[in-house]
Amino acid sequence: MAKSMLIISRQAPWAGPAAREALDIALAGGAYDLPVSMLFLDDGVYQLADAQAPDAVQQKNLAANLQALPLFGVDELFVCAASLARRGLSHAALALAAQTQTDEQLRELLPRFDLVVTL
Amino acid sequence: MKFAIAVYSPAHSPASRRALLFAQAVLAQGHQLLRVFFYQDGVHTASSNVVTAQDESDTAAQWRAFIIEHQVDAVVCIAAALRRGVLNEEEARRYQRPAANLTEPWQLSGLGQLHEAAQQADRLVSFGGH
Repeated sequence: MAKSMLIISRQAPWAGPAAREALDIALAGGAYDLPVSMLFLDDGVYQLADAQAPDAVQQKNLAANLQALPLFGVDELFVCAASLARRGLSHAALALAAQTQTDEQLRELLPRFDLVVTL
Repeated sequence: MKFAIAVYSPAHSPASRRALLFAQAVLAQGHQLLRVFFYQDGVHTASSNVVTAQDESDTAAQWRAFIIEHQVDAVVCIAAALRRGVLNEEEARRYQRPAANLTEPWQLSGLGQLHEAAQQADRLVSFGGH
């Protein structure tokens, strides 16, 4: 059986290519039919914020690529509740449906995966 | 035990030095090293144009020597490498760039190589940050 992988994405979409490169690992895994999930943590939660204006900083919209995750079979998306709260995003609309995880739930989530990759 | 190693930081970072020491320890203790995958800024490790001051430790050169000596499968992510100006001759030609700076023993390939190594190894160990 294929090993499961959790990709923890911790960078804001405007903070260089890290967010895109974390996403690319997930999409590549999905393309190979591997059980891949993503967790948005720390500044990574900004990737899920709705109604962004990446044009203002001459960036491409990462949200369009994030929408591709379910198409690649990456259905399990998680977001850290504390990271959202610290950034005032607890009640904000998210561009993509992700399961909110408390710190307690995160402690149970991580050991569920065979592999954890943090970018 | 079978190990795969992923390196996300450039050769001038302490993380890269730690990754190299770890890789050396893996082989020294009789384990197998299936692949070292260079991603994000780790792709700079493969550039032939890294110049280190004579009195400083040249981790990029040490990686190269280690990979050659032990015939390690050293894969550099092609998308991450193109973005950072690390190209072999084929890619330099394809994108009409004046020079190539990636040669043997490094291989340019895709993220599938990271997943394949992670699937086959008993442990994937990542080195990033500082």
